[in-house]
Amino acid sequence: MVLVALGGTAALMATAALALTFAQAARARHLVYGVCLATSLVLLAIGLIALLGIHANPSVTTLPLGIPWLGAHFRLDALSAFFLVVVNLGGAAASLFALGYGRHEHAPRRVLPFYPAFLAGMNIVVLADDAFTFLVSWEFMSLSSWALVMAHHRIADNVRAGYLYLIMASFGTITLLLTFGLLAGPDGGYAFDDIRAAHPSTTLAASVLILALIGAGSKAGLVPLHVWLPLAHPAAPSHVSALMSGVMTKVAVYGLVRIVFDLIGTPAWWWSMVVLALGGVTAVMGVLYALMQHDLKRLLAYHTVENIGIIFIGLGLALAFKAYGMAWAAALALTAGLLHVFNHSVFKSLLFFGAGAVLTSTGERDMEHLGGLIHRMPQTAFVFLVGCAAISALPPLNGFVSEWLTFQAILLSPQLPSWGLKLLVPAVGALLALSATLAAACFVKAFGVTFLGRVRTSAAENAHETDRFSLAAMFFLAALCLVAGILPGAFIDALAPVAQGLVGDRMPVQSNVDWLSIVPIAESRSSYNGLLVFVFMVLSGVLAAWAIHRLASDKLRRAPPWDCGYPEASPATQYTASSFAQPIRRVFGSVVFRAREHVEMPSPGDTRPARFTVELHDLVWDTLYAPIAGGIGFAADKLNHLQFLTIRQFLSLVFAALVLLLLVLAIWP
Amino acid sequence: MAVIFDFAVQGAQMLLVLLLAPLLTGFTRKVKARLLLRRGPAVIQPYRDLVRLMRKEVVLAENASWLFRVSPYLIFAATWVAASLVPTFRTGLLFSWSADLIAIVALLGSARFFLALAGLDVGTSFGGIGSSREVMIASLAEPAMIMIIFTLALIAGSTQLSTMAGFLVSPEVGLRVSLGLALLALIMVAIAENARIPVDNPATHLELTMVHEAMVLEYSGRHLALIELSASLKLLLYVSLISCLFVPWGLVPPGAPNGLLVIGLLAYIAKLAIGGLLLALFETSIAKMRVFRVPEFLGAALMLGLLATLLRFVSRSM
Amino acid sequence: MRGLTFDIAHLLAGTLVLVSFLELYQDRLYALLNTFALHAFVLALSVAWQAYIQNAPHLYVTAAIALVFKAIIIPVALHRIIVRLGIHREIEKVVGVGSAMLLGMGLVALSMVVMLRVTAEADPLAREDLAFALSVVLLGLLMMVTRRNAVSQIVGFMSLENGLVLAATGAKGMPLVVEISIAFSILIAFIVIGIFLFRIRERFDTVDLQALDRFRGERG
Repeated sequence: MVLVALGGTAALMATAALALTFAQAARARHLVYGVCLATSLVLLAIGLIALLGIHANPSVTTLPLGIPWLGAHFRLDALSAFFLVVVNLGGAAASLFALGYGRHEHAPRRVLPFYPAFLAGMNIVVLADDAFTFLVSWEFMSLSSWALVMAHHRIADNVRAGYLYLIMASFGTITLLLTFGLLAGPDGGYAFDDIRAAHPSTTLAASVLILALIGAGSKAGLVPLHVWLPLAHPAAPSHVSALMSGVMTKVAVYGLVRIVFDLIGTPAWWWSMVVLALGGVTAVMGVLYALMQHDLKRLLAYHTVENIGIIFIGLGLALAFKAYGMAWAAALALTAGLLHVFNHSVFKSLLFFGAGAVLTSTGERDMEHLGGLIHRMPQTAFVFLVGCAAISALPPLNGFVSEWLTFQAILLSPQLPSWGLKLLVPAVGALLALSATLAAACFVKAFGVTFLGRVRTSAAENAHETDRFSLAAMFFLAALCLVAGILPGAFIDALAPVAQGLVGDRMPVQSNVDWLSIVPIAESRSSYNGLLVFVFMVLSGVLAAWAIHRLASDKLRRAPPWDCGYPEASPATQYTASSFAQPIRRVFGSVVFRAREHVEMPSPGDTRPARFTVELHDLVWDTLYAPIAGGIGFAADKLNHLQFLTIRQFLSLVFAALVLLLLVLAIWP
Repeated sequence: MAVIFDFAVQGAQMLLVLLLAPLLTGFTRKVKARLLLRRGPAVIQPYRDLVRLMRKEVVLAENASWLFRVSPYLIFAATWVAASLVPTFRTGLLFSWSADLIAIVALLGSARFFLALAGLDVGTSFGGIGSSREVMIASLAEPAMIMIIFTLALIAGSTQLSTMAGFLVSPEVGLRVSLGLALLALIMVAIAENARIPVDNPATHLELTMVHEAMVLEYSGRHLALIELSASLKLLLYVSLISCLFVPWGLVPPGAPNGLLVIGLLAYIAKLAIGGLLLALFETSIAKMRVFRVPEFLGAALMLGLLATLLRFVSRSM
Repeated sequence: MRGLTFDIAHLLAGTLVLVSFLELYQDRLYALLNTFALHAFVLALSVAWQAYIQNAPHLYVTAAIALVFKAIIIPVALHRIIVRLGIHREIEKVVGVGSAMLLGMGLVALSMVVMLRVTAEADPLAREDLAFALSVVLLGLLMMVTRRNAVSQIVGFMSLENGLVLAATGAKGMPLVVEISIAFSILIAFIVIGIFLFRIRERFDTVDLQALDRFRGERG
């Protein structure tokens, strides 16, 4: 099985190499994206077959590539299969979308070769079974996505985004290198099987956890390591943004789950506190950042940070339950987190595709230059609405299911004996509830300001509907959102082998429950039936519509909206994104971002317009990154003097280093 | 046979909440008027208003989209489904296991989502004021509600409303501090969610003081009738929720003889009347708050909910 | 019945914590005094209930002192002094209401953790009452620290003292509770008088009664 998967990734690499040569050819775009679509579908099928247990054992293989005495190990077990499904579902959808979207690309030579390479890199990370293969493919994934971020390099913002991305990605890889170094130990057992067999000491395991959180967390977007994400994700072309936000962050989550749940061994209880705290803070900070944005793609990128926080809350709870041996509760929490991984990749990709459609149709990313698009792009508006509803966790769609399962896991936590957890988990629960509601507010803003209301600029006036490939990809993802919300039992059962492998137990079998409900613990405690809720809502709506049709008048007349006596109000008087967020900015932002508003009124008689300024400080950047950057700049300035020494001084440096090393050799016992 | 009877009870419950909702609103308005030494409208005036609105022509803004026309039905469907799942005179309704209290709150959240979108649809500043203030209020009220649900679930051992009501009516529950805190927080959240004084004034005509009314400013005719009915249903839902959780005596358990259903019904109507009376008393004795004092009010509710949850985590007897 | 008895004691202690939070929420002076009167009233109820279930009649005296002195006399006296001296009636805060509530939550969590760990062997219900009492003390201190107004600092101090009385009465068989209550009340009276002497001196530059009489305009 794993060999077939590897064959698929080899096909992707070959496509990348070919695209390097033939990118300018007329049909290149269709060929490249078509091959990617087909290969992703094949890999998706392999992942599903492995996950649903049609092939019993985890299949392993070793190829004679890489380091001579190590080789390259590959393994396809339940966790890899699940993430293979996630990666390739996103990859297939993005390739389908790009078949239509790619025609607007004016620099295909900078995009076409790197896109299949990016997909290949992500697939190999998920399949890797030793540290070397993992790290090489991780770097490969980062570099190919960096090349895609730099595709439109004439825009200064993109260059800055790419630079920051490169720094943070390198930092993450160094940390992961250290992690695997610590795990492999002095004997150098880099294969994952050897690492699983070794039993690290508690301090070693703790260091591994912290380093893994930094390394994988920076790629996933944990606060405070998230700063590159909202700059880099929007800079890439839209189908790549969808892949980066929806899929690459999940590959980072895979890395963390693999290291912390599989390779380290039994966790200590306090590890869960770190993960939970980071997850809670990330969730709230991410959504508050998103609420302050008016660039549509940057809003979506910040929102990815929030959802990563929610996933980490689920993972933290699973760690806590696993540390105390409550395997059934750990299975619930882990399933909640992993189901959110799947759900988020689906609806985030959908939303980024919608943003890409709006971008190609109007040329604008700024919400405050759009408006009224629901009349001009009705189908895009409809699927974007489904995506917004799904991400706001509204029943009966899929976002609600993973959030509900996370809440049920939180309700099991009073059984944990630790005091720290007893105080932290309710606080994290409150943070989760807060972030969920703020997410709904954020997407009312995103959909309302972009698609509803009146047209604000001529760019929006001339918008038109996108092509059928893009629409097909978006409708497919929207349908998947609804199906995952109505039939969540099937998805939970599919995740059972993953939970079984990682925490030793699984959730109750959902396919046995009557009426297709889901039951996280026992029927008497709680249950949820997405299908019935959906049917009830549809029936009530239809009943209401029928009753109104029979009993009420059906006359309708169009008229100008209520204008309070001031006719011909310009479209500039309607609410913008910043004005919509103003109450929330005032309540939360004045503390979190030191948000301040200034109004400068001209003196009476002066005909200049009044000026309204909103000031926001990114405290993470100001307190963490700016001092580090300043410090590095300062050190670099001082060290610059070393370039201008005389020959005698260079020789004395070499001499001093030699003497120092000899001294160390002499003194070292 | 028993299944058909259960179906009939569930259907009766759905019809009952629909019929009683305007009556509760009318009763509250009448009591408020009397307390202000006015005669006030008749108690059945909301029914007359609904019929009148149904007969009127809909005046639609020129740039209103399909979402504007579909939203009233979506809002009504979500609110009606949520209201039908709250036990009124009998626990253990046939489909009460399909959605627990978290799902009911999320259904109300989706109604609010579409209402806020409808407010933004026409593109005037009034809708924007309403929607932006509504999401600010919701961003604090819903987390407070979820904290309250956590407290109740940790006491009763389940998030299903029927199980909670059954547990809270049994003698094992005792008087707990967290229950008292949860009750206070739930009352504060209910006032905020139903757009009542001191958070919002349901009877104002000044656009700058509106929150809920501003979002529905452009609606008319049958659409407005549906939205008004949804708002009444939401008020009924919250009063039923408070009475089924904190005043659960009179709720008929599933196995009881059918004659008790009449007593349950009478008890429920009495609870609604008392709830309406207390609400009217509260609204006339307090002034409406400035918009930016509402976050402090709801922040206090969130803290109360968090404190109640914390107490449940820390001690099993509190 | 025993369960219900202790539940009521818990409920009253929890209500005292709730009223402390309510004091933190107020931003007008008269409302704060009313809230403090409620605080003292709930304390009186709690002490009276403890007197009933512990069969300790001397605690009824403590309850009466709390009711008469702290719930009635001090708020009325402070109200009149505020009117007489024209003290600024809006309370300036160092931290906002939201942050004060969050800090208060943290303090309640802290006192829960401390009390429930330190008193691990004692009767579980008495431990939780002690945890609530410590919370009231800490919340009173928080009020003193985060308010710029002298009257609100007095109210904070008196709330703190109410918490101490709650702790003392909750632990069964503590001696000299009545005497300690009287001593604390006299202490408070002196503090109130002292603060207002300061105010008078600041305002009129003297506390000499003859000079003050001249300001009153009665002598020549």
